[in-house]
Amino acid sequence: MTDYLIITGKAVFIWAIALSFIPLLIWFERKGAAFIQDRAGPNRAAVAGIRLAGLVHNIADVIKLLLKELLVPPHVNRLYFMVAPLLGFTFILLAFAVIPWADVLEVAGRRISMQVADLNAGVLFVLAVTSLNVYGIVLAGWSSNNKFALLGGLRSTAQMISYEIPLGLGIAGVFMAFQSVQLNEIVRGQGELLWGFLPKWGLIVQPLGFVVFLTAAFAETNRNPFDLPEGESEIVAGYHVEYSGIRFALFYMGEYAGIVLSSAMITTLFFGGWQVPWLPTDALVAHAPTVLRVLLAAGGLGALVFALLMVVFSRRVRGAFGDLREYEGHVLGIFNIVVAAALLIMFIWSYSITLPEWGARVVAAVAQVSTFLLKLVFFCWLFIWVRWSLPRFRYDQLMRLGWKSMIPLAFVNLFATGLVLLLIGRG
Amino acid sequence: MAVAFYILAFFSVLGGVLMVTRRNPLSGAFALVLSLVSLAGLFAGLAAEFVFILQVLVYAGAIMVLIIFTIMLLNLNPNEMYEAPVGRFHTVVLVALCAVGLAAFIQVFSQLPSAVTAIGPDFGSIEGVGEFMLTRYLYPFELVSALLLVAIVGVVLLAKKVI
Repeated sequence: MTDYLIITGKAVFIWAIALSFIPLLIWFERKGAAFIQDRAGPNRAAVAGIRLAGLVHNIADVIKLLLKELLVPPHVNRLYFMVAPLLGFTFILLAFAVIPWADVLEVAGRRISMQVADLNAGVLFVLAVTSLNVYGIVLAGWSSNNKFALLGGLRSTAQMISYEIPLGLGIAGVFMAFQSVQLNEIVRGQGELLWGFLPKWGLIVQPLGFVVFLTAAFAETNRNPFDLPEGESEIVAGYHVEYSGIRFALFYMGEYAGIVLSSAMITTLFFGGWQVPWLPTDALVAHAPTVLRVLLAAGGLGALVFALLMVVFSRRVRGAFGDLREYEGHVLGIFNIVVAAALLIMFIWSYSITLPEWGARVVAAVAQVSTFLLKLVFFCWLFIWVRWSLPRFRYDQLMRLGWKSMIPLAFVNLFATGLVLLLIGRG
Repeated sequence: MAVAFYILAFFSVLGGVLMVTRRNPLSGAFALVLSLVSLAGLFAGLAAEFVFILQVLVYAGAIMVLIIFTIMLLNLNPNEMYEAPVGRFHTVVLVALCAVGLAAFIQVFSQLPSAVTAIGPDFGSIEGVGEFMLTRYLYPFELVSALLLVAIVGVVLLAKKVI
């Protein structure tokens, strides 16, 4: 019974992360695009004067998309047309099952592995499940009975197939370097130090593999500079041109969930996953009170700084709007001062208690989850950064890059990794 | 576990039947995907995780996508399909014969003294499959890869008019 509860809790946790990152990423995308193009970005939608720098705009979006008519054009294959948006989203969410977000937690005599399923084949599960993701796009493109949609579907199929090879080969180098395919083992291997001071992250032992994997991951998520399946300027909107309302939104949610998944994979394979740099799990558990204080102090000071910024902001906009929006800074500032006060009181209180054994382990796990999420947010931002910085490839350039550059590079990487392993006697 | 087996077995057979009977080629292809994924599920039920993942990755994820790609490129209209050259009566007889033959085959082979040995826990795991492929079945494995290479070169040779 407890086992089922634990597994359900873990599944809910990772899905909650994946799903709550979607609105966050949409906000990131809009504000990031605005920042890069020197605009203000969304700043109009407000609930009782609170705009949260445009985050409230997402609520308006969701209401709009839910209330729109679900148009099914004539001449489409109805069954496939309705199933396609669901497929694209389902498989991405399924792949989150093997992503580890902390070290194994030992509480009350139980070893709780911090991933939903610790599969023997590990990373390959992600590859297998995401390779099914293409069916959503293909079905959408084909069943729409629209030339542009069909072109988008065709492009997507060819692109996914082509870039799955460098993706898999890039991961194979990581397998060789860390002698395992299980994600948790790979992350644990990245906790070691190279030459005594450098964290042995995948990026450092597999630089070429990282480049290949990152490129292929961008292509697999259909993101710029590889967003040819959509290509607004060439084929209108590609595979989802006939969709409206929440079905259209599902494609977008699938894309953003794909970004979160890719970022999680990049973090786990190449940037140490949940590893806090230079602090392995044992050290975290041993120094748990200090770690707890650092976490609380960082949170409290962060909230305090934010509250101060809000005060400055509300002074600047005084009299500019003439409505409720002027008080946004006050509301957010007071809220953050309350949070900061609570965290700082807990910080002082933490000096008067001694942590029990399980408490120390939970603190270590919290520190690891925070590290993982920080890295995850950074790579999500990288996806947006690249989208608004690079132009789209032409189709033949995309294929040439995939087959003539990425695959040979991946093979060179595999060969070099094998050679190094042989020379240092671990092959 | 038995329930999972029957559900997956049902869907894999259903997918096979639909694949043969659907007139629309894309429906047929998706029925085959259903069949292959159910088969992968059966491997997972046998605790052969790596075989399960290979089945999904290679068959459902790569080969079927290529087949669907081809179907979409040809853009076949279901109304332009030819009728199958065999009549309905012939089909029924053929299927019945196959069923009887299969039953007889199973009956004969279940009588033979079997050489079944208990398999180790790493059957179907990535270590187990890898070790088999690179030790006991090394030569067949290398021969198959040479065969595939020849096939690739042959396809390029046939498809390209001037080299």
